[in-house]
Amino acid sequence: MDSPAVQFRNVSFHYPGSADPLLREVSFFVEEGAYVGIIGENGSGKTTLLNLLLGILHPDTGEIRLFNEPMGSFKEWDSIGYVPQYVFRRDRVFPATVREIVESGHTPGDTTTLCQFGMGDCEPAEAALRVASVEHLAKRRIGDLSGGERQRVFIARALVSRPRLLILDEPTASVDAESQEKFYALLRALNGEFKMTIILISHDLDRVFEATGLVYLLENGCMREKKKDREKVAPPAAKSDSSFHSGHFHTGNF
Amino acid sequence: MILLEPFHYDFLVRAFLAGLLLSVVAPFIGTFLVIRGYALFADALSHVSLLGIALAIFLGIPTLVGAILVSLAAAFGMERLRSTGRIMNESAVALFLSGSLALAVVLISLTKGTGINLLSYLFGSLSTVTVTDFGLLIILSVLALGFFLFFWRELFLISLDEDLARVSGMPVTFVNYAFIALAALLAAVALQIVGVLLVGALMVIPTLAALQFHAGFRMTVMLAVLVSVISFIAGFFLSYAFALPAGGAIVLSAVACFLVSLLVSVVRRKMA
Repeated sequence: MDSPAVQFRNVSFHYPGSADPLLREVSFFVEEGAYVGIIGENGSGKTTLLNLLLGILHPDTGEIRLFNEPMGSFKEWDSIGYVPQYVFRRDRVFPATVREIVESGHTPGDTTTLCQFGMGDCEPAEAALRVASVEHLAKRRIGDLSGGERQRVFIARALVSRPRLLILDEPTASVDAESQEKFYALLRALNGEFKMTIILISHDLDRVFEATGLVYLLENGCMREKKKDREKVAPPAAKSDSSFHSGHFHTGNF
Repeated sequence: MILLEPFHYDFLVRAFLAGLLLSVVAPFIGTFLVIRGYALFADALSHVSLLGIALAIFLGIPTLVGAILVSLAAAFGMERLRSTGRIMNESAVALFLSGSLALAVVLISLTKGTGINLLSYLFGSLSTVTVTDFGLLIILSVLALGFFLFFWRELFLISLDEDLARVSGMPVTFVNYAFIALAALLAAVALQIVGVLLVGALMVIPTLAALQFHAGFRMTVMLAVLVSVISFIAGFFLSYAFALPAGGAIVLSAVACFLVSLLVSVVRRKMA
C-alpha cells in the first residue's frame, strides 16, 4: 500500500453553541497518488470536513494527519494546492489579471515573489499557466472570464507551488458542460501522468463517481465508502487529454 | 509665477511635502480597504482619531498621543469584531464611526474654554504642519511602504480570499492586524495635518477612480497613487490661488478625477 496523503482517525467536530456534533467519529484515508471523491448533500458537513482538512478548523476529538504528519505540526502547506468553491465572491470586480492570480500561488521565500516586480524566477507560474491551458488568458482580468476559464486559472494558481495534494471544493458548480469536460480531463492528467493526489469534494454524485477512483459519502456526520457503479467508470486517468503531451508540461518542471 | 509663490514660505513647503507623501501612501491602504469592501473603514478611523484628540484635550495629554492610542484601540476592536464574525463588516464600521463622532462632540463641548477649533480638525490645516508631524509622517510612510512591499502577496491573497491565504500558510491574522494598525496610525497622524474628511477621501476616492480603468492589481494601485498625487497638487494650488480651504479643494479635485475616470470608462466601453 502507498503511504497515505490524508488520514482522518475518529474525528468529531461540533460548532460552538450547537449541541449535536456535525461530524461523528469520521475515519478515512487517501493514499498518495489516489483520485478520491467526497460527496454529500448540502448540510452534510462537507465544508466543515474541508476546513478541518485545510487546518482552518480543529477537531474536538480524533486525529488528522497529512503526509503522515499530525496536523498540529504539519508545516509543508505549499505541498497542498487548494481550489476554492465558486472561486470568489468578489472576483467579478476584483482588479487582478490572470497572471497576477497565478503568481500569487508561489511558495513564500521562492524568488517568484520578485517575479511580480519583473525580477526573479517566473518559470513556475509560466509552467502552471501552460499546464492549465490558460497562458493565452494571462493578461485578461479574472472577472472577464467564463466560469470554466476561471476554474482553470485557480487550478493553475494551485499548481505553482508544485503540490503533492490537490483539493477541490465544488469545482464545477457554475461551469457549463463543455468546460466541465475540459476541467475533468485536466484533473485526470494531473492524477494519471503526474501522480498528483486529488480530493474532489462535491454534491454532484454522478460526476464524482464518473471522475474519481474512490468515493466517500458523508451522511448525517458519518463517513462511509461508497461502492462504485462500474458501468459508469470513465476511461483510466492515464488516458489524458492530448493537449498535455505538447511538451509544455513535464514532471521535471513541477 | 503663481505656481512657485507658495514655496517662498517654509511652512508651505513643509505642508506641500507632507501632503504629497500622504497622497502617495494613502492609496496603498485605500486600495486594500476598497477591494475588501471596507471603504468606510478609512472614514471610521479618522473619526475615531478625532475622538482620541477630544479625549486627549479632556484629559490634558498631547493630542497626537490620544489620537494614536484611541485609533489603534478602535482599529483592533473593529478587526476583532469582523474576524470573529460577531457583527457584519459594515455594521462594525458604522458603529465605531457614529459612536466615536458622538463621543468626540460631547467631550469637546465639555471642555469649552480651551479654544479648540473643531473645524480645523475636520478640514485640516496644511499651514500648521509642525516639524514633528512631518517627521512622524516620514517615518510612518517608510514603514507603510516597506510593509506593503514585504507583504504584497499576502495582502493580495487575503483580499481575494482569506481562507485561500490561510491554506497557503500565510500569517493571515498577523498581516490583518499589522495592516489595520498601520491604517490607524496613518489616520491619526494625517488627521493632524489634513483633517478628518481628507484622510478618508485620500484613501478611498483615488482607488475608486483607478478601478474605472479596469486594469490589473498592481496597475490599479499605481493609478490610484497617480490620481491621489494629481488631486493633492491640484487642490493645493487651487487652495493657494483662490484662498480656499485646502482639505475641501483637495477632496473636490479627487472627486473631479473620479468623474473624469468614470466618463473615460463609459466612453471606452461604448467604443469597444
